[in-house]
Amino acid sequence: MRKKILCASMCVAMAASALVGCGSDKEEETTTKAPASDDADADADADADADADADATGGKVYYLNFKPESEEQWKKVADAYKEATGVEVKIVTAASGTYESTLKAEMSKDEAPTLFQINGPVGYQTWKDYCMDLSSTDFANWVADKSMLVTEGDGVYGVPYCVESYGLIVNKTIFANYFALEGRADTGCNSLEDINTFAKLKAVADDMQANKDALGIKGVFTSAGMDSSSDWRFKTHLLNVAITAEFNDAGVTDMDEIEFKYADNFKQIWDLYITDATCEPSLLAQKTGGDAAAEFALAEAAIYQNGVWAWGDISSSEGAKVTEDEIGYLPIYMGLEGEEKQGLCTGTENYFCVNAKASEADQKATIAFVEWVFGSEEGKALVKDELKFLTMFTTFTPDDAPADPLMKAAAAYASNTELTSVAWVGMNHFPSEEFKNVVGADMTAYAAGSAEWQTLVDNCIAAWAEEKALAAE
Amino acid sequence: MTNRRKKILYFIPFVLPTLIAFMIAFVIPFFQGIYLSFCKFTTVNDAKWVGLENYEKIFKTSDFTDALWFTTKFTVVSIITVNVFAFLLALALTRKVKGTNIFRTIFFMPNLIGGIVLGYIWQAILNSILNNWDLTLVGNADYGFWGLVIIMNWQMIGYMMIIYIAGIQNVPADVLEAAKIDGATPTQTLFRITIPLVMPSFTICLFLTLSNSFKMFDQNLALTDGKPGKETMMLAYNIHYTMYTRNFMEGVAQAKAVIFFIIVAVIGFAQLVLTRSKEVES
Repeated sequence: MRKKILCASMCVAMAASALVGCGSDKEEETTTKAPASDDADADADADADADADADATGGKVYYLNFKPESEEQWKKVADAYKEATGVEVKIVTAASGTYESTLKAEMSKDEAPTLFQINGPVGYQTWKDYCMDLSSTDFANWVADKSMLVTEGDGVYGVPYCVESYGLIVNKTIFANYFALEGRADTGCNSLEDINTFAKLKAVADDMQANKDALGIKGVFTSAGMDSSSDWRFKTHLLNVAITAEFNDAGVTDMDEIEFKYADNFKQIWDLYITDATCEPSLLAQKTGGDAAAEFALAEAAIYQNGVWAWGDISSSEGAKVTEDEIGYLPIYMGLEGEEKQGLCTGTENYFCVNAKASEADQKATIAFVEWVFGSEEGKALVKDELKFLTMFTTFTPDDAPADPLMKAAAAYASNTELTSVAWVGMNHFPSEEFKNVVGADMTAYAAGSAEWQTLVDNCIAAWAEEKALAAE
Repeated sequence: MTNRRKKILYFIPFVLPTLIAFMIAFVIPFFQGIYLSFCKFTTVNDAKWVGLENYEKIFKTSDFTDALWFTTKFTVVSIITVNVFAFLLALALTRKVKGTNIFRTIFFMPNLIGGIVLGYIWQAILNSILNNWDLTLVGNADYGFWGLVIIMNWQMIGYMMIIYIAGIQNVPADVLEAAKIDGATPTQTLFRITIPLVMPSFTICLFLTLSNSFKMFDQNLALTDGKPGKETMMLAYNIHYTMYTRNFMEGVAQAKAVIFFIIVAVIGFAQLVLTRSKEVES
C-alpha cells in the first residue's frame, strides 16, 4: 500500500512538473511578444504597447540587420520608432560574414524576419520565394534611379537603401611628411594629387616603405587581414575592380564564365598590399578587421582599403590619433587602361526585402517602419546622424548627406565630373559566398607563400563557372 | 490485476514525459532530417522532393571525402594520445601520493570549459608561439591538425582519467596481493592484471573519445575555421558549412549529415563489440 501511494505521488509530481513546463513556456511567449523595458513602469509600458499594437495594424517588425557597424544605431532607430508610434521593432544583427547563415536559420523559425536584406541579383536568386513584390510601396518609388532596383518582370523585389563608396583611405599627414622628406626617391609625384596610376602609387608606396622609420610608420598599407572579419575587403571589394573592368570591356553586367582577364593587375595590387605592409605576409591569415582599423587609427600605416562605413571603426579604436581633417581617399589603381580618370568604387550591396511569407499585418507594419525611417523628418534625421547612410531616395536632399569625413571625401570624388566611378556590378554578380571563399583562401595561401598565383587564377575561373552553373540549375 | 499488468500501468506515466520530450527533440527531427536529405530547400519548412540527387552531388566534389580523411586521421591520433595520457595519469594518481584529489580536480577542469571558448583561447596561445617564426596556425594544415589534437587532448584527458581511476580502484586488492606474492614484476602486474581488469573502462573511454573526436565541431570552428582553404575542415563543420554558407546546397548538407550518422553509428558499434569481447570478469 505504501509503495502504491509513493508511486501515485511520483506520478502526480511528474505530471505537475510537465504542466509547469507548459505554463512557463506560455509565459515566455507573452514576454517576447511585448518585451518589458528596464524602467520601473515596465508593466504599464508593456500594456500600453500591446494596446497600441492591437490598435494599429497589429503587425510586428523584425529586421535582420546586415551591417555590424550600425547595430547600435539601428537599435536607436527602433527605440525612436517605438516612442513615436508604439510599434515594437526587433533588431537582430548578424556578425560579419554570417548574414546568409543567420538568415537561413532565422527564416526557418515561426517568428521569421519581416525585413531582411539581399546583396543584389545573386542574393535574389536564393531568396526569391521570400521576397515580396514592393512595386506598389512608396519607398520603392522613392528610388530615383529605377535601374538600381532588383526587379523581375514588373515586380520590384529588392530596394537599395544606401549608396556606398570604397577606395584607399589615406592619412594625409603621413603623405605630407613623406613629400617633405629629404632624400626621398624621385617618383614623379610631389603631392597626393599627383598619384593617379598604379605605377605612381607603387613608386610612392615602395619609397615610403623604405623610409618607414623616418616617417614613424610600421608600413604603408594596413595589414591586409584575411580573417573573416576583414577578408571581404579583398576577396570581394578588391576583386570587384578587376571583374567589373572585364564586364565593362565586354559591355555586359554578368557572365556565366569569366576569363579573369585582369588577373595580372589584381596580382600587382595584392603584391603591393602584402609587401609594403605593417606585417609579414605570412601573418595575414590571422589579422582581423580590427587590427587594420587600429593600425590606421594609430597612424602606424598610411593607407587603408575600406569604404565610407569605416569611420566609426577608425575613430572608436583605442588611442585613435587620426583626426577628421587628416582623412582622404584615393581610388584603387591596379594598372588598368585609363585609370587616370578612375574614381572610387561606388554602388550598393544593401537591398531591403520584405518577407513574402510573413502575415499581411506584419508586412504592412514593416513597410510602415521603412517608410517612417526614410520618409519622416524624424527618421531622416536618424539616418543622417546615426546610421550615416547616403541614401538614393528622393525624400533626401543633398543637405541630408551625413557629416562624416569619409562620406565627404567620397562626395568630393562623386562630384568631380572628370572621374568615372567603378560600379559594384562585378561583386553584385559574384556567383556565391563559396566563390569568394575559394578566392580568399588562395589569396591567403599566396600571401603566405604556400601557393602559386596561377592556382588562384585557375580556381577563380573554375569556381565562377561551377557556382554560376549551380545557381542556374 | 496481475503484477505484470500493474507494472505496465505504472510504466506509462513514468515514461511518457521523457518519451514526449525525446520524440520532439530527437526522433521527429531525426526522421525529418532523413526526409530533407531527399529534398531541395532553402529553409526547412518548405522543401521539394528530388530523390537521390543530393547523395550524388556529395561525391561530385572532393570536399566531403577530404573532410572524412582529415577527420579519420584526427580521430586515430587523438584516440591514441588521449587514452595513453589519460591512463598514465590515472596510474600515477592512484599511487596514494599526497594531493591526488587536487590533481584530479585540476586535470578534470578543462573538460568544463566550452569548446568555442577553448578554441579561441588556444588559437591565441598557439598563434603567439608560432608568431615568433612569422607563422600562423591557419598558415599550414599541419599546424591546424596538431593544434586540434592538442585541444582535444587538453580537454578530454581529465575526463577519461576519472573513468580510468574508477576502473583501477576497482581492481580487487587480493588479486594484486596474490600476484605480488607469486613474484610478478610491476610491468607484469600492469599488463596481466590491471589492464585486463579495467577493460570495461577502456570500452567506455574509447567509445567516448572516438565519438567525440569524430563529431568535433566547435573547437574546429573556433580554432582554425577550416582554414587554410578547407584543409582543416572536419566532417561536422563541413556539413554546417555546406548547409549555411553554400547556396542551393542545403539538401546536399542534409544528405552528408545522414551519411555522417551512418558512419559514426557503424564505427561506434563495431568498436563496442570489439572491446566488449576483450572484457574479462574478475
